[in-house]
Amino acid sequence: MKKLSARRRHPLAALVVLLLALACTGGLYAAFAPASKAQADESAQSLAIDEGKKLYAVGCASCHGTGGQGTTDGPSLVGVGAAAVDFQVGTGRMPAQQPGAQVPKKKVIYSQAEIDQLAAYIASLGAGPAIPSEEKYGPEGADIAKGGELFRTNCAQCHNFTGKGGALTHGKFAPSLEGVDPKHIYEAMQTGPQNMPSFPDTTLSEQNKKDIIAYLDAVNGDDTESPGGLSLGGLGPVSEGLFAWVFGLGALIAVAVWVAARTAKAKKS
Amino acid sequence: MSSQDIPEEKLPAEQDRPHGAAARPADETNPFADPGLPPHEPRVQDVDERAAKRSERTVALLFTLSMLATIGFIASFVAIPVDKSVYIFPLGHISALNFALGMTLGVALFAIGAGAVHWARTLMSDEEVADERHPIEASPEVRAKVHADFKQGAKESVIGRRKLIRNTMLGALTLVPLSGVVLLRDLGPLPGTKLRHTLWSKGKLLVNMNTNEPLRPSDVAVGSLTFAMPEGLEEHDEDFQNEIAKAALMIIRLEPDSIKDKRELEWSHEGIVAYSKICTHVGCPISLYEQQTHHALCPCHQSTFDLADGARVIFGPAGHALPQLRIGVNDEGYLEALGDFEEPVGPAYWERG
Repeated sequence: MKKLSARRRHPLAALVVLLLALACTGGLYAAFAPASKAQADESAQSLAIDEGKKLYAVGCASCHGTGGQGTTDGPSLVGVGAAAVDFQVGTGRMPAQQPGAQVPKKKVIYSQAEIDQLAAYIASLGAGPAIPSEEKYGPEGADIAKGGELFRTNCAQCHNFTGKGGALTHGKFAPSLEGVDPKHIYEAMQTGPQNMPSFPDTTLSEQNKKDIIAYLDAVNGDDTESPGGLSLGGLGPVSEGLFAWVFGLGALIAVAVWVAARTAKAKKS
Repeated sequence: MSSQDIPEEKLPAEQDRPHGAAARPADETNPFADPGLPPHEPRVQDVDERAAKRSERTVALLFTLSMLATIGFIASFVAIPVDKSVYIFPLGHISALNFALGMTLGVALFAIGAGAVHWARTLMSDEEVADERHPIEASPEVRAKVHADFKQGAKESVIGRRKLIRNTMLGALTLVPLSGVVLLRDLGPLPGTKLRHTLWSKGKLLVNMNTNEPLRPSDVAVGSLTFAMPEGLEEHDEDFQNEIAKAALMIIRLEPDSIKDKRELEWSHEGIVAYSKICTHVGCPISLYEQQTHHALCPCHQSTFDLADGARVIFGPAGHALPQLRIGVNDEGYLEALGDFEEPVGPAYWERG
């Protein structure tokens, strides 16, 4: 104690005291604030909505309007449901970086907890599809063959036969479905993000969606076999033709050059 | 091996004069000098037996490699099971049998070719030989002989005297090709009015192709896309493909205010519109539907149709708007067709008008 009091006039003493005081205040707040929130647990849902509303006001309101009613820069979010929010924000598409033909997937900037809060707020604006639970998109009980049939009927026209994506009009495109979280695929089918049409449960049942997701995992998973060898991106005649023209014809030209090249001559130096 | 390694006495004397055809300087009849063939330069293998031996061994090695690869092909065919899969960078998980067969057969064929080319390049003679052209026409004597032979043959065949043989032979030869002509009948019969009609008719329910259940208006949400076929058509029917190729339908729902075309609005039900899925250009299935712009794009030639404006063609080579199916709701609340398409679906044809 004597040691401590001896140093009380040290030039850094004030700084140390200040830091200690700050740490104490912060620690006390951390210890008590969640407790008080837990006490106010008459509705965790309304709390999430409140938090979501704050996040919405900061990140979304400039385009979608202060109450989600939509502006000229962004569509109305009333009735789009939690699934739409989870898809758009969870894949990084929202918040959009800039207007354009299509908002692409990018780095996700909200945590899953924040996304859930935003989703809760948007869901409170009007009834819409909820975020699906895992058993809806998990592989249990899915029929991969049926999924392939459904995928070719409903999805392949834009997303390619094995979900590699494809071009649409005026700079829009159907993104590749390789490596996309099954939950997001489910939500996209349900809500129809951007220009993709929706496939609600009334026309494409929950079991149908599960089958489609299982099919995509079977053709695009890490262990997917390609018995024919190099799949060249699975894009069909464009990449295959390019490969044949460049490497096939290139090899033929190389051989022709070799056949016709002059042989080493014996010459007096 | 470079030329420096060759012993001095083995090198040939410098050749100054061209070999083969003689050089000819320019003169009055021929303004361009004919330089003749360039001097022949012997190859390393022509003067050095060691190099020649080495080439021989290389060629033999390539041919032996081909033999081994063929044996490898047969061995892989026998030994590797059809469903065995291996991981090979950068090909990924591929069939072991396919890979082994392709690799060994490729090496077997390539080694034969490479051996033959190496043989020709290093050991076969590479002296250029000029070969003069000769007139193609035969000599007058030969021609006279052929004419005489032909005349004699014709006379001996008595074709000029025995008219009956000549005439029946001509008849037989004329009739034989008719067999081929008659077979062309199998290209027909002409389609008649088949191209103008589909399976749709008044009262047929719109069946969802995903669930095989008839659709209700409440099933079809704004912004959704659904494919439908006429009630009664089963996937296992013998003529399923023929019928669905004409009857395939895409069903979308628009806000009624956003429908610009008066007839489209009239033929729709609460904003639900049903269009033929078959492109009017060359008949590709067209269903790349963008729900915000209401455009449908054909993947084959990029024809684009505005489904909010009577499926008008707004881009691409298609010549007609997509035919719309008039729909309504029956007493039980299911969507039904109110008739067939009013115009032929799919690509235009000569008699379509």
